[in-house]
Amino acid sequence: MFTNIKISAFLSTLLLSLTLGAFPVISSAASGYGGPYNFGTPASAADIALIDIDAMPDGRGLPSGSGNYQTGKSVYTANCMGCHGVDLAGVKGTGAAALIGGRGSLASGKPIKTVESYWPYASTVFDYVKRAMPFYAPGSLSDDEVYAVVAYVLGEANIFDKSAILNAKSLPMIDMPNKDGFISDPRPDVFNYE
Amino acid sequence: MDGNSLNNNYDQKTRTLIQGMVEAEEKAIASRKKQATPEEECECRDGMFPNGKNPPIASRRQFLAATASGAAALAVGSAASAAIPAGSIDYPVQDDPSKVQGRLTNDDGGYGSRSQFETESRWRFPTATKESSWTMTPLDSGNGIVTPSALHFERHHGGIPNINPDKHELIVHGMVNGARKYTMEDLKRFPSVSRFHFIECSGNGLTEWREPTLKTVQGTHGLTSTTEWTGVPLSTILREVGVQEGAAWILAEGADAAVMTRSVPIDKAWDDAMLVYAQNGEAIRPEQGYPLRLLLPGFEGNTHIKWLRRLEISDKPFMTREETSKYTDLLDSGKARQFSLMMEAKSVITFPSGEMKLPKPGFYEISGLAWTGEGRIKRVEVSVDGGVSWQLAELQTPILPKCHTRFRFPWRWDGQPTILQSRCQDETGYVQPTIKQLVEARGLGGGKYGSIYHLNGIQSWAVAADGGVSNVHQY
Repeated sequence: MFTNIKISAFLSTLLLSLTLGAFPVISSAASGYGGPYNFGTPASAADIALIDIDAMPDGRGLPSGSGNYQTGKSVYTANCMGCHGVDLAGVKGTGAAALIGGRGSLASGKPIKTVESYWPYASTVFDYVKRAMPFYAPGSLSDDEVYAVVAYVLGEANIFDKSAILNAKSLPMIDMPNKDGFISDPRPDVFNYE
Repeated sequence: MDGNSLNNNYDQKTRTLIQGMVEAEEKAIASRKKQATPEEECECRDGMFPNGKNPPIASRRQFLAATASGAAALAVGSAASAAIPAGSIDYPVQDDPSKVQGRLTNDDGGYGSRSQFETESRWRFPTATKESSWTMTPLDSGNGIVTPSALHFERHHGGIPNINPDKHELIVHGMVNGARKYTMEDLKRFPSVSRFHFIECSGNGLTEWREPTLKTVQGTHGLTSTTEWTGVPLSTILREVGVQEGAAWILAEGADAAVMTRSVPIDKAWDDAMLVYAQNGEAIRPEQGYPLRLLLPGFEGNTHIKWLRRLEISDKPFMTREETSKYTDLLDSGKARQFSLMMEAKSVITFPSGEMKLPKPGFYEISGLAWTGEGRIKRVEVSVDGGVSWQLAELQTPILPKCHTRFRFPWRWDGQPTILQSRCQDETGYVQPTIKQLVEARGLGGGKYGSIYHLNGIQSWAVAADGGVSNVHQY
């Protein structure tokens, strides 16, 4: 849209310049700011696919593949349990967060923020595990393994059916317990204006 | 300059000088070219440094230069060498420097270091892992408004990647007319801008909600730093790729082990966002995102994505982990504020501040910093009686938008215990609140440290009768 305006502006300048003679064209081309500069090169679909790993709440970006609770349990045991623990509560001293529990605790004065209690979208779990977990081998899980381990964690959290298949179709359908827990920023919220 | 004009316009001494500089520059260029090729690797590398790690090329050159010139063995300050401060070199100290020649010019390999007598340094907040952690800027010893690059606070989510700039690319795609990829060379060809801006972590002061916790201003406020940043306005790149109708958000993604991601409103991208590659006149430091960082002036620090590799334009926010489970503000109601990106007006007295001691009653120049993500600081007031009365502080120019502003206030201490405070107002009229007002508005969120993020309340420093300064809460 913007480019089109730029192009049409450029064309009309060019036409005007042609009617006035060649000099204005040369001078405007030889100095001054204004794009397009056309630096860089087109990014191909293959270029983008290599690093375009994000997944959105509506399911955009989710890859093909699938997993379930059972396979996820072995993925978890092999890759996650060392830090997140057998009980998914996080092993002290590792920095790993608790993944389940805390549901209903957010307004209690002693909130426990976990995937189960706080995270509003299942897509965020998939996205984060795929991009940044396991902590010391980020990006090492296959898409199937990511689906599986997410199915395991959400199964343990009693959010996703332990016998169901998690894939690009079923994941965006999941309602996380805290999906309505977020509000937009109302600041400034203290008014000492003078 | 050709040989003729050199001969015609300068005396012999000047010609020799200029010729020498030309040759030195040529040598530097040749050395730079040589360094760019892999054959320069030297076998003597291992064992040369006591910590056993491969030293960066610069420090290896320093060592070689020092050895070649026959100077006393030099050690480059590092975490492994506790004898001298990090970033300094252990040069011999003369008893009377006016009676002997000083050290040789450019013998440091061509990149300077600070005095071995200066010890200020960042320290790390003791998080569980050193990969996901942060360090604080020593504001107590800072002067002026600029933070030295080596002292800029850090927040890492997956360690500090070491990136070869020749292999780094930025891909811009999504709701654009033509997706493009840019090398660092490509980005540096665009028209550039340099601007002074602060970056503040939204967690700055997170320990101070409930009660005074940390002792120094480095601990309570050290997650803010100001830098002269240079780079390309993001709007330039958006015009190049052609943003489509309906675009509202941009996902920014880093190339670190966290593959750190945040969604940014596209209005900010059109407004004053920058893709920066330089910090205080040289390439940005690895800890700050080398070779490329997104800069969002006035927004919370974690959105300024470091090691930037990808920008995806979209109609909706991506709801990444960092903007849902992490950098959100849980209220007492159980609801959490999301996309609370703006860093509101804040000030702090850096001298005198916690753990300092005033030697005796008399004159002291109170000094501090004020900043706001909303634009310029309009005024700063100082109270030397615990908030009973307030007086205008002097603002040191330049007073730049979304940048630290230095303030000063002349004070005669009568030796009685008292409390020092500062409060600022920005150009929107907003006045820095008390911590109490913030707690009343937001609650404490029930966490260990309360609400955690976005504490911009008034800081209080108590001065005791013996001159000792400590962190207190005073409303």
